[in-house]
Amino acid sequence: MGAHAEEAHHTSTGLNNRKLLFWSFLGSECMFFGSLIATYLVYKGRSQVGPYPHEVFDIPLTSYSAFLLLMSSLTMVLALAAVQHNNRKGSLIWLAATALLGMHFVANQVYEFTDFLHRGLNLQTNLFGSTFYVLTGFHGTHVTVGVIWLWSLFMMALRGKLGADRSLDVEIAGLYWHFVDVVWIAIFTLIYLIQ
Amino acid sequence: MATTTAPIAAVHEQSYSPSGLWSWITTVDHKRIGVLYGVTAFIFFLIGGLEAVLMRIQLMRPGNEFVSPDFFNQLFTMHGTTMIFLGVMPLSASFFNFVVPLQIGARDVAFPRLNAFSYWVFLLGGIFLNLSFFLGGAPDVGWFGYSNLTSKQYSPGHGVDFWAVGLQILGVASLAAAFNFIVTIINMRAPGMKLMRMPVFTWMTLVTSFLMILAFPVITIALVFLLFDRFTGTNFFMASAGADPVLWQHLFWLFGHPEVYILILPAMGIISEVLPTFSRKPLFGYPVVVYSGIFIGFMGWGVWSHHMFSVGLGPIADSFFALTTMLIAIPTGVKIFNWIATIWGGRIEFKTAMLFAIGFISMFIMGGLSGFMHASPPSDLQQSDTYFIVAHIHYVLFGGSIMGIFAGIYYWFPKITGRYLGEGLGKAHFWLTLVTMNVTFFPMHFVGLLGMPRRVYTYAPNMGFNEMNLMSTVGAFGLAFATLIFVANVLRSRTHGAPAPADPWGAPTLEFAIASPPPVYNFGSLPTVHGLDPLWSKEAKDIIQQVNTVKGHIHMPPSSYWPAVSALGMTMLMSGIVFGWWVGIPGLVLMLVGFYSWSFEPCH
Repeated sequence: MGAHAEEAHHTSTGLNNRKLLFWSFLGSECMFFGSLIATYLVYKGRSQVGPYPHEVFDIPLTSYSAFLLLMSSLTMVLALAAVQHNNRKGSLIWLAATALLGMHFVANQVYEFTDFLHRGLNLQTNLFGSTFYVLTGFHGTHVTVGVIWLWSLFMMALRGKLGADRSLDVEIAGLYWHFVDVVWIAIFTLIYLIQ
Repeated sequence: MATTTAPIAAVHEQSYSPSGLWSWITTVDHKRIGVLYGVTAFIFFLIGGLEAVLMRIQLMRPGNEFVSPDFFNQLFTMHGTTMIFLGVMPLSASFFNFVVPLQIGARDVAFPRLNAFSYWVFLLGGIFLNLSFFLGGAPDVGWFGYSNLTSKQYSPGHGVDFWAVGLQILGVASLAAAFNFIVTIINMRAPGMKLMRMPVFTWMTLVTSFLMILAFPVITIALVFLLFDRFTGTNFFMASAGADPVLWQHLFWLFGHPEVYILILPAMGIISEVLPTFSRKPLFGYPVVVYSGIFIGFMGWGVWSHHMFSVGLGPIADSFFALTTMLIAIPTGVKIFNWIATIWGGRIEFKTAMLFAIGFISMFIMGGLSGFMHASPPSDLQQSDTYFIVAHIHYVLFGGSIMGIFAGIYYWFPKITGRYLGEGLGKAHFWLTLVTMNVTFFPMHFVGLLGMPRRVYTYAPNMGFNEMNLMSTVGAFGLAFATLIFVANVLRSRTHGAPAPADPWGAPTLEFAIASPPPVYNFGSLPTVHGLDPLWSKEAKDIIQQVNTVKGHIHMPPSSYWPAVSALGMTMLMSGIVFGWWVGIPGLVLMLVGFYSWSFEPCH
């Protein structure tokens, strides 16, 4: 596998190449989500017709979703620790837990979108609909990609191919997962809580 | 250090690399990818130049009917888009690829296959964008595609779709390349190559790469909004739904202004290599040049609304952006004085590369001065959307970026091919370029101040524009001829040029310590660097000995066709937005197969 050769490779900073690549990717992602969130905020209150945010938002449900994602960051940390300690059983449990929490979050989002659609908020209805669905949709897509990534790691662990020597794979997946989590905290605060 | 095992002759033997089309498709060698980037981008540059010549023929005399108004719109849109995204950026990328790993003493970039992937996505994205000419008309909304001209209502054809999707595809290529060069420069430096010992070109590549990874997501989002508006009927830029079309301008220029520095900083890096070499003096005030480049990179984020003074953002916003714009002239001016001080008192050799570098300084100063004029909102209001702006951007982008790139080509051609690029034809190329670019673009200042709007396909005979437009057209033909001289020079020198030694110019940087062209593995053993300008230091002999001595087994990454396959899949997937699911779905499958096989492909 490519990873081994790279990890053995000496680098100027001592930081692994893939990890550095991933950090710069996350920097790029900040601008990506920053643009989406800024657009939502710029267009806030400019919709000509309803439904408006306060008519559709279900804060208790979204708080529950936020809680799920926060807990998944905890399980992600435990998964990484388990992989680093060559603890196969722990790796399997915590990777699966993280992925399942992520899936629960996505399921909540699907339910939320369906609910909003029933209340008459389409992608095209008003500016709120356009900005809200595209922003949270991109975030949901990121979570989905993370879930697929986590199950791939789970499969590797299941086949006994995820030992401590490959913990960097899990660490990078973890960086991604925590980032997506942090973005959700920003979205939850700026879009749902501050209306 | 001074091992005596293998002399330089042994290195030549091992520099053999397979040839043939397949070897180019599967290559992961940064030098070959650099050549691919250069050749491809130059072909796109010629296409963009042809578009410019067609426009100049149309504007040669008033009331001309050489091309239709509609085709004229396509020409200026594709000229701008092509020159920026398919010409200057990838030409810079070709130098990043070829030169940066050599300058920092690395055997390749950090992610060789990702590098190949970037190139193939760029190539396919460029082809996709240009296909629009044959499939119902090219984009015709200007290279910055202002909303709401780009809406379905005002642009019902597919031109805008090709433009938006094409830029998304090219954005993937730029992002992948930028991530790669950030990691390469930060992590792959030879022992002793501290950050403040890196050549300025490498530094500018690093700053440019950071600008790319932070600026491209912004235009990605703007284009996503545009595509949503066009394909699903959302309201992002629909004034009727309460939206503000000016949002597009903010997002576009928040990307677009850093993009300007993405275009110019690499050229500044190139001439910071060329000027010291041909003046036989180290760069004057190296740290200041580096810090100025970094400062420009930061400040580039705070000036975007100077493209929007005529929008009417109000006095506070206008004042702020006028001040930041004038402020950013300071580090640029600092650099110019550093370059002049580098030449000052030097033992100057007027080789073609040096001439182009000096041409860069003088033409860029002129572009900077006109730029400084429209940093002031009242004067900008007079100049906005006139030929004055066209004159300005061509002084900075042609007189600046393109001249810098030509300086780089003459400078590194011997390193790339092992042969000098002809000096006689080179000088003819330079002088004709310098004279005709001024003949072409200088009158545009005046025709603009007289009130000739840009992007209008013709003008009335009694406006006083006639002679100056004719002059610009004559100049454009001169530029085309100069470029043909260059092409002839390259084709001739590639096979008949005088053979070049390892260090054809007596230059100070590491790429000139190894053979021309360099062996596949670049350095026999990695050099140890003790300071700036290693080949001008007292350790030069040891370094040359060291890098040309093969010690132990050198592992190079094997070639792979999966980057090209993944790139094809991704381009098909994204072009499916325009062509339909029958291209998109196979593209998705191809891309997934490509990425999967890529990640599980053994590296050695």
